[in-house]
Amino acid sequence: MTERPDLRAAVAAGVVGSEESFRALLAAIVEVARSIFGAKASSILLLDEETEELVFEAVVGEGEDTLLGTRFPAGKGISGWVLATRTPLVIEDVQQDPRFAKDVAEDTGYVPKGLMAAPLLHEERALGVLSVLDRPEQSLFSLQEMELLGLFANQASIAVDLLLKARTANSVLEQGEGDLEIVARLAAVVDGLEDSKRAAGLRLLRELTDTLRA
Amino acid sequence: MRSFSLRTLPSFRPEPVESAPVTDVAGHGFDASQPALPAWSLPKDAVDRISLPSEWPEHVTREWALGGSTGKGARVCILDSGVEAGHPLVGGLESAVVISIGESDEVAAEEDTEGDVSGHGTACAGIVRALAPDCSISSVRVLGSNFTGSGAVLLGGLRYAVEQGYDVINMSLSTTKKPFASVLHELADSAYFKNTVLVASAHNMPVESYPWRFSSVISVGSHEEDDSLAFFYNPSPPVEFFGRGVNVEVPWLGGRSLKVSGNSFATPHLSAICALILAKHPELTPFQLKSVLYLTATNVGGGK
Repeated sequence: MTERPDLRAAVAAGVVGSEESFRALLAAIVEVARSIFGAKASSILLLDEETEELVFEAVVGEGEDTLLGTRFPAGKGISGWVLATRTPLVIEDVQQDPRFAKDVAEDTGYVPKGLMAAPLLHEERALGVLSVLDRPEQSLFSLQEMELLGLFANQASIAVDLLLKARTANSVLEQGEGDLEIVARLAAVVDGLEDSKRAAGLRLLRELTDTLRA
Repeated sequence: MRSFSLRTLPSFRPEPVESAPVTDVAGHGFDASQPALPAWSLPKDAVDRISLPSEWPEHVTREWALGGSTGKGARVCILDSGVEAGHPLVGGLESAVVISIGESDEVAAEEDTEGDVSGHGTACAGIVRALAPDCSISSVRVLGSNFTGSGAVLLGGLRYAVEQGYDVINMSLSTTKKPFASVLHELADSAYFKNTVLVASAHNMPVESYPWRFSSVISVGSHEEDDSLAFFYNPSPPVEFFGRGVNVEVPWLGGRSLKVSGNSFATPHLSAICALILAKHPELTPFQLKSVLYLTATNVGGGK
């Protein structure tokens, strides 16, 4: 009986979609965010609760070739504050001080003049941080943009939640020593069938279930 | 759910009130030298003992509320990421502690030698200092020790701050964790009855978070005007006031300044205004202070 949740996870893993498709969704979100704000870069950081680190899950613009997968401690800096307090904020460095650069560089790998950051919240959890770096210099920030940032963060947090669920399902599968993979593959195959074949497939599975129960 | 900010002023805008002659009022509070009253009822013979002065001005104006006040005597606590002591735009601190949780869940408040771990607390302190130059500022750091303990540290820090009897506690942060909500609620109410005003940031995003949703705190969202003393009463709570929160120049780490936006920065504007009012009228209870804020809000005629 203890295997039942694992089998369910295996079925879920078969139909939930691949990690790659959710990563693509995150990449699309940061791409649109960067474009809408006319910014130089945008990124999504996820919290790794075990190591208490933030990990770059999606990056577009400056740093997109090097930052993906890199980590830094979640307790410090601007992103750490946004995550811990679950509060968005916008910072523009009016003086271009190198000490500020050092702070933010550990988050981003390059030296922005300003950043907007919002927490990714799902139910009671803070999953990570959405950042938009270097909007055009001449544009003063407005509350309308803060609202827009919040909307993007909301969308991103839904995508991140799905990504994490896919990961959990897949990790159960990986720990299943191969047995569960058959169930996952079966679920994926049935899920992908055309309507007529799908009905036949489900009929067959029902028969199989009855036979096994007997 | 809606997010909370003020892009356009609400249509609610009563006629401005004419300035009334300033009357100096002393002792709106209960006189502690009197014999103690029963806490839960009022016997006939005790009615005279709670007689309170009634020399309120005919109209409570901004001038009456805070005119001439520099915040001297008011004690403000910044519950945040620490404060960089000695920053030219912050000055000295009354005290600075860092909160941590021990192995058996005990809360410890030790002298904070690290200062500010993100710059945020320094920014909040700078906003308060700019508006209330002579108030006392203390820092209680609840961020930066580790991430996962932050909920318990936040509660421990708030409990510590309430025990210290500050006049104003600035909370430019909130938690989305429901298990913490009831304890936060109790702490907020206990602050309210101990004459400590809790000024809390409303969330900029449409999520449930605390403690700003509680009626015993002063909750703050942002307006876009560039006047630091402009604040608006919101006739559609739960956010009760809007303070300056967009493109605010603030001190940051390393003795320098940045331009920042967010409800986090609207909140210390209201904290400073509370400090100015309480410095001039130390007898006001949080209930009375909130009424004075309402009467002197920019959209209620007090901005004149």
